[in-house]
Amino acid sequence: MSKLIKRRQFIKGFARYSLGFALAGLLGFSLKKASNKQWVWQIDPFRCTSCGRCATHCVLNPSAVKALHGYDLCGFCDLCGGYYKPGHIARDTAAENLLCPTNALDRKFVEEPYYEYKVNEELCIGCAKCVAGCTAFGNGALHLQIKHDICSNCNECAIARVCPSDAIKRVPANKAYNIKGEFV
Amino acid sequence: MKNFFITTFIIFFLASLASETSAQPQRFPMPEFQTEYQKPEASTSEPRAASMEYVDTLVLILVLAFTIWLIFFKRSRRWILWVSVFALLYFGFYRLGCICAVGSVQNITLALFGTGYFIPLTVLAFFAIPLLVALFAGRVFCSTACPLGVIQDLVIFKPTKLAPWVQKALGLFPFIYLGLAVLFAATATDFIICRYDPFVGIFRLGAELHMIVLGIGILLIGMFVARPYCRFICPYGALLRVFSKFSRFHLSITPKDCINCHLCKDSCPFDAIDKPTDEKEIKPDRRNLKKFITYALLIPVFVFVGGWLISGTHKTLAKAHPDVYLANLLVESPELMQDTDNVDIETFMASDRTLEMLIEDAVVIQNKFRYGGWFLGGFIGLVIGITLLGQAVYKKRTIYEANREKCYSCGRCMKYCPVGNEQEKVELLSQEKQITN
Repeated sequence: MSKLIKRRQFIKGFARYSLGFALAGLLGFSLKKASNKQWVWQIDPFRCTSCGRCATHCVLNPSAVKALHGYDLCGFCDLCGGYYKPGHIARDTAAENLLCPTNALDRKFVEEPYYEYKVNEELCIGCAKCVAGCTAFGNGALHLQIKHDICSNCNECAIARVCPSDAIKRVPANKAYNIKGEFV
Repeated sequence: MKNFFITTFIIFFLASLASETSAQPQRFPMPEFQTEYQKPEASTSEPRAASMEYVDTLVLILVLAFTIWLIFFKRSRRWILWVSVFALLYFGFYRLGCICAVGSVQNITLALFGTGYFIPLTVLAFFAIPLLVALFAGRVFCSTACPLGVIQDLVIFKPTKLAPWVQKALGLFPFIYLGLAVLFAATATDFIICRYDPFVGIFRLGAELHMIVLGIGILLIGMFVARPYCRFICPYGALLRVFSKFSRFHLSITPKDCINCHLCKDSCPFDAIDKPTDEKEIKPDRRNLKKFITYALLIPVFVFVGGWLISGTHKTLAKAHPDVYLANLLVESPELMQDTDNVDIETFMASDRTLEMLIEDAVVIQNKFRYGGWFLGGFIGLVIGITLLGQAVYKKRTIYEANREKCYSCGRCMKYCPVGNEQEKVELLSQEKQITN
């Protein structure tokens, strides 16, 4: 009987060391492709087609994706393609004239004939309607970005999976934003 | 004179054209403000500090080390419970379910097979540390450090026993799930473990409806069938199971020698306590050896058949990849190319990629699935074969013991063991005496 127990113990020990070595080997191989950087998800604004899925597919509600205004590119237009609906009736703040469904874009008079536009992130849902308008009729200063104070940095970004133009990629956390104007 | 004007005009025109093409085309130039107006900065917010990831790793190591001490020395179920609640709050509700060891399997696979993905060292640590601990002390990770396990552990209400064959059969699923997850991650298709994580929606207090329903459903089932996700779904649990089987040390129900009092018999909600074997049952006769050899010889057959079957379905499996799906759709019904309601098709048609390029990519991915299918099927066959082989092995047991594969080291059984608690019992008795006096 003791012989049997000894044999069992030997097999167990052998299996234990084999598993240990297998784990070490796996770690060794993956260390080659390891980095001590932290990675976060971010949108490449030049690949983004403003399809609107960022608003609907984020695991968070409202989405961690917000419109971001690259002021370096902005023309401060009175007739803003990101603010007004094409064919709006009057140039005022009435909801039927505005593109943004949640009134998240604030318009402020600067000087004749310039206006400043500012995204209210509390209200923005990342639907990219203003982005599409600004890109089609203006300079393309408005673009979508993932806000990292909101994003829970999922192992696999739920929006990246459905993004039709593969615009969402992992970027190093020290360059966490692709802001149009600086980023080319 | 007239010629001079025309040439200068042409030169100016050309120069203006050249400047327009070289600079960023800006339809409305940035205005030069007359007032003191300063344009604001783009609003950005920094991600969580990178050093915090090391804190996560440290918390994991501390929780595991403390649990090991609780299991082997302090032997207290109540303490284990509190540590597990802390880990649930930290890894679950504070860290929102990401970073997690269960999903890290996919990151390792993607780093090894994919291109352009670099795995953070913390994810590597989250993958390796629980397995290493399992090799020395059993599935300690499951008992306290895993938020998915703890949330199920807390809702156990009236656990029922399942028939052994049901447990064996359902216990195969984690291995299939693990294999599928590795195949999907290796082909950069999807992270299915994360996508179908039933509890992450509860940690984040919001998810798609079907995931919330699944999560709550599993918790409801978990009231009567303890820890259903851990036992019959969890792919990382499948790995831990194998590592824990050969662990150097393991939780023991009794602190000293078992006196076979059966008090712990029904204490385990996970059916992880093995009874002493019936002497009459074990007869290591020739028939048993024959059974063992037959099953052992069947393993290569299972491996081959499994590989052949799964590899045969590679076209269906590959459709989970968005490129393959789109290519299939466009080849089968080319009229959809004009469909403006389908965002994927619309974006694809507007991009530089041609249908030929898409099909080429799709075929490469399909081939990956064909070869990967052989490995996945072979792996499933191997697991089934080894499970059958286990049926032909009899182990003699004289005491009640924790089953190293199934035991999560939750410590419930230790509470029921009367051995070594004499001191406490004497105190209790004397207290009772004082009350009666």
